[in-house]
Amino acid sequence: MALLEVKDLKVRVEEREILHGLTLTVNEGEVHAIMGPNGSGKSTLSHVIAGKPGYEVTDGQILFKGEDLLEMDPEERAAKGVFLAFQYPVEIPGVATMTFLRTALNAQRKARGESEYSTPDFLKKVREVSKSLNIPQDMLKRGVNVGFSGGEKKRNEVLQMALFEPSLCILDEMDSGLDIDALRIAADGVNALRSPGRAMVVITHYQRLLNYIVPDFVHVMSKGRVVKSGGKDLALELEASGYTQFEDAA
Amino acid sequence: MNVAVAKTGNGRAVSDLFAGAEGRLPGSPAVIVARREAFETYERLGLPHRRIEEWKYTDLRALVGEVLPLAASPDAAALKRAAEAVKAHAIAGARKLVLVDGVFAADLSDVKALGSDMSFRTLRETLEKDASLLKTAVTDAVIALNAAMATDGVVLSIADGAQLSAPIQIIHIATAASASAFSRSQVAIGKGVHATIVESFVAAGAKAYQVNDAVLLSIGDDSDVAHIRLMDDAPDALNVTSHFVTVGANVKLNFFNMTTGAAVSRLQGFITFSGEGSELSANGVNLLQKTEHGDTTLLVDHAVPNCVSRETFRAVIDDRAHSVFQGRIIVRPDAQKTDGKMMTRALLLSDEAEADNKPELEIFADDVSCGHGATAGALDDSLLFYLKARGLPEKQAQALLIQAFVGEAIEQIADDGLREHVIGIAERWLERRS
Ligand SMILES: Nc1ncnc2c1ncn2[C@@H]1O[C@H](COP(=O)(O)OP(=O)(O)O)[C@@H](O)[C@H]1O
Ligand SMILES: [Mg+2]
Repeated sequence: MALLEVKDLKVRVEEREILHGLTLTVNEGEVHAIMGPNGSGKSTLSHVIAGKPGYEVTDGQILFKGEDLLEMDPEERAAKGVFLAFQYPVEIPGVATMTFLRTALNAQRKARGESEYSTPDFLKKVREVSKSLNIPQDMLKRGVNVGFSGGEKKRNEVLQMALFEPSLCILDEMDSGLDIDALRIAADGVNALRSPGRAMVVITHYQRLLNYIVPDFVHVMSKGRVVKSGGKDLALELEASGYTQFEDAA
Repeated sequence: MNVAVAKTGNGRAVSDLFAGAEGRLPGSPAVIVARREAFETYERLGLPHRRIEEWKYTDLRALVGEVLPLAASPDAAALKRAAEAVKAHAIAGARKLVLVDGVFAADLSDVKALGSDMSFRTLRETLEKDASLLKTAVTDAVIALNAAMATDGVVLSIADGAQLSAPIQIIHIATAASASAFSRSQVAIGKGVHATIVESFVAAGAKAYQVNDAVLLSIGDDSDVAHIRLMDDAPDALNVTSHFVTVGANVKLNFFNMTTGAAVSRLQGFITFSGEGSELSANGVNLLQKTEHGDTTLLVDHAVPNCVSRETFRAVIDDRAHSVFQGRIIVRPDAQKTDGKMMTRALLLSDEAEADNKPELEIFADDVSCGHGATAGALDDSLLFYLKARGLPEKQAQALLIQAFVGEAIEQIADDGLREHVIGIAERWLERRS
């Protein structure tokens, strides 16, 4: 059984169809890249998979480990192992990052019928992961993403990914707004999480990120559809020729 | 029994209230005269209603209807229940002064531990000689009723230079159902004092009771005072509290109020700067659910130059609850260089929640900086979604964001133990949300 199956998905936002029948299959252990110009519907796809309100699915299906994902609340999806690293992580003043991480992790564990993490185990784990991601401890005491630089926000997303150990990671434009050093740190963090039991969907506008996170498959999205799929070489091809050919095709 | 009469807020049945209680009300002959006069004022005015400008959002005639009879003096069983409540609500390390149904309970209080920096009497003792505590610069129907009916209270003075490391906690405990408690306290703080005064209102099993409290607080020059009021009365109670505060020169006063209880409540504060160079920071939060009504009305009188007042009042309003903030800043002709700002922020958790906000500036000096602002809105959907996408169920995600909103107010409390105590009360309010 595939980990994620998106079948002929049609999605509307405010009466306008954004995804026009999108199909995508992701198996455990695979890394898929989704590339496409701005406005092609990449974030819309990621939001619908995570369960963001405001999207109307008019047709098609999303199965996760064979279950109907669209029937689940966002928190249920998270507990089952769906993780979206947001393109624009929000700032939450007054909620300390550490409190947030612990509350979220324990909520997921509770939903799965697992025991809560003990405080020392939790702290040890956060310390390990944050160190590898170059996240200073005082950042964890601040409000979630409050006053974080673009790079820090993205690293905070990767930190959560490492803590929650999801089986499906969707990374939406992880590279946007990052300089090359910040990108390398974040990408190393992501690569460290690659494992046979975990799949990743890496959404990006640019080929650059895929030099660091090398995908098994590349899909090109244009105007709400996957218009071409291939191996990692497809990304290089796109880099040379640009998206124009697909925009015409779509 | 006097519902019909109380609709006019007047008449024989209300007089019965006073006549029935008079034998139990302490005082010298002069005090008895002062009480009678106060009661006549109350009878003339009746319960406040919406056509009285200051009470237009809190129509006690419509919301409450009648004043309940005076609570009996607490008996042994009541004191036993009160003792349990003291244990549950005492702040660690604080020196406690406990009033049960408006009557001072010596056995539950730490009078001996007050030390040589403080002198303590009960209101009852004070009124044997002196009627002055029944007089206030401002009066209205509920204040007059309080003067007429006050059975007891705390009369505390803190000597010049006293540095109090632990808070003084005045705990008001209600044990009597369907009855009224009237208390009046005075805290006179000397010069150069460092002190934290906390007032807690809680129920020990009592239901449908009424509290009418008054506090006369004076603060001497160069003092640094935190005044914290935590009103967590029973969900079907009424609490009307009036504060009269006089602030000397170069004082730092941090006032904080949190409303988590009572079906209907009104805190009215009358704060006057009487010395230059002082700073008032007044923060509050009304946490209201079901059909609760919580009113905070503050009058800050800049009677002298060079003082700063900052008021920030928050409200979290769920279900069909109603929060009211009325803030009035008066800047007298001489009060140049006054800096007075007030801000309200309402978080509306339901479509039927209501927030009323009435800021007023009355400025008679020309070189001042005064202003007010207000925000009102729901929880941010994008923040809620972020939290849910990380596994938090809706209610838990909401709770985290509400805590953050309330936390900004609670953060102003400097004392760690006290802050934790207040956070605990707010968390219990969140748990009561259905
Ligand atoms: N909330 C929304 N309301 C209206 N239009 C939207 C909304 N979200 C996305 N869109 C539109 O949907 C299209 C796809 O957007 P998006 O999924 O963000 O693309 P991408 O991530 O590929 O840049 C764009 O035309 C965008 O304007
Ligand atoms: Mg996007």
